[in-house]
Amino acid sequence: MNFVASSSGPLEWNYIAANFGYLASVVMFMLAIMRMGRVKTARSGNFLAAAAMLLAVVSSFVEMGKINPAFIVAGLIIGGAVGAIMAKKVQMTQMPEMVALLNGFGGLASTLVGLATFYALSGGGNLAMMMGRDGGWFGAINLVLTLIVGSVTFTGSIIAFLKLSEKMSGRPILLPMRHVLNVLLLLIPLAMGVAAVWYVNNPILVGLILIGIVLITFVLGVTIVIPIGGGDMPVVISLLNSYSGIAAALAGFTIGEAVLVVSGSLVGASGMILTQIMCKAMNRSLANVMFGGFGAEPAAGGGGGGEYVGVKSADAETAAMIMQDAQNIVIVPGYGMAVAQAQHAVREMAKILEEKGANIRYAVHPVAGRMPGHMNVLLAEANVPYEQLFEMDQINDDFRNVDVVLVIGANDTVNPSAKTDKSSPLYGMPVMNVEEAKTVFTMKRSLGGGFAQVKNTLFECPNNYMVYGDARKTLEEIIKALKEG
Amino acid sequence: MDTGAILMLLYVFVLACFAGYQLISKVPPTLHTPLMSGANAISGITVLGAMLAARIGPGAPFNASTILGMLAVALASINVVGGFMVTDRMMGMFKSKN
Repeated sequence: MNFVASSSGPLEWNYIAANFGYLASVVMFMLAIMRMGRVKTARSGNFLAAAAMLLAVVSSFVEMGKINPAFIVAGLIIGGAVGAIMAKKVQMTQMPEMVALLNGFGGLASTLVGLATFYALSGGGNLAMMMGRDGGWFGAINLVLTLIVGSVTFTGSIIAFLKLSEKMSGRPILLPMRHVLNVLLLLIPLAMGVAAVWYVNNPILVGLILIGIVLITFVLGVTIVIPIGGGDMPVVISLLNSYSGIAAALAGFTIGEAVLVVSGSLVGASGMILTQIMCKAMNRSLANVMFGGFGAEPAAGGGGGGEYVGVKSADAETAAMIMQDAQNIVIVPGYGMAVAQAQHAVREMAKILEEKGANIRYAVHPVAGRMPGHMNVLLAEANVPYEQLFEMDQINDDFRNVDVVLVIGANDTVNPSAKTDKSSPLYGMPVMNVEEAKTVFTMKRSLGGGFAQVKNTLFECPNNYMVYGDARKTLEEIIKALKEG
Repeated sequence: MDTGAILMLLYVFVLACFAGYQLISKVPPTLHTPLMSGANAISGITVLGAMLAARIGPGAPFNASTILGMLAVALASINVVGGFMVTDRMMGMFKSKN
């Protein structure tokens, strides 16, 4: 419902019709999100959400009535075409950076809506009236918040995109005095927001102040995300996703439109839940992820010294030989599988082993990869049925009954020292008990540290064998050996 | 916007947050990525605000707001169309054994 329009002038039929449209689309969004929470109904839920969006857009046209829509239509066509091309072209392994990028666009759109609303009001000379009116203070605060949240979402997402696509190093970049800097970068725009209300009768000055707020918070988005390392990206992406929803809800307050408030807060809540789940899976607080600079340097002393002792290795043929006699095999994928684009090779190998009578399961750690559910998407792309995918909690007690565990590019999530070594930065993080299996093969390019830069004591376990090399190449060698054997 | 309207919107906001929390809190990990990208597309609802700004008509002359609005419409549309399409691609991949 548009509360700005409702407070001025008589009710027109198109206003009423449009609001029934908005109401229907809000209900559809709720039902859609409900359906998106179950595998069987997920796809139809997404379709319903898209239909709800279309209905909301059509309703908006109905509400605006007789206008010149040239600029709207141009924007819709250009944006729609770019979005469609991006969605068609993106590879599944690039999904984290795609989500980050789209999220950034949403944030910037909300910022621009805030600025545009200001210029629309000041152009008509209504600004002083709006801010001076009953409740005007709220409009002003809200406008400033929209700009801040939208801008942080934008540049934060762009940095996440650059890190995820490896156009920028995934290592944390720690600026000196970064906490003080971040606080200042937040307080200054807020103070400027107060100034904007103060100088309300000078629209040009207020406009400059608002643009200043946007520019400063652009910097804030950068300084918030650069100290966060690649492995913590699942948390950052969920959080930025939440922010983009909040920005949309705030934009809804700014223009007085309830459908934005509802949809935006639904997204804000969902992002918050995912953020919580991700933090819990790492046994770290949100504050620690955001401000900890985790993984910036090798942990001193963690895991009992840096040098590895007694690490055994095996070649692909040996791994193939042992696996083809195994009954019970669990595959543990990690970010390395995504980097090597090895998901199809994994599936091919699993198929051959299944034909030989093995029971194959996949064990997925909640924060494996670079976004929530990253591994699940990649394995689904390779046609792995989702019944074979197990959450850590479902499978963790069963590793002792497993013949062979194949770790593909996972590291911190299978590090046993997280359970035992109190000096380890990973201590307390729930990890998979892969070392309890009879035999473990760990595919890795080298013994280098994982994201947390902590020594992995799994590699020293007597039942673990390292299989060095690119995961996909190694898997192809295993497949070849299995076919010959 | 008067104080009553603001309060109404605040009610709406709080209730919607609560509903969102209830709707999403028990989603299986397999759906985390598509749910996130689907929700991301929904946050493109800000396109409605952008359309309002980009229109030319009574009380809305062509000015800076029109251009900013058009840019916002384009960006939000990328978010919406790209988001829903990519989510559909992902969800189409989830297959059961049967």
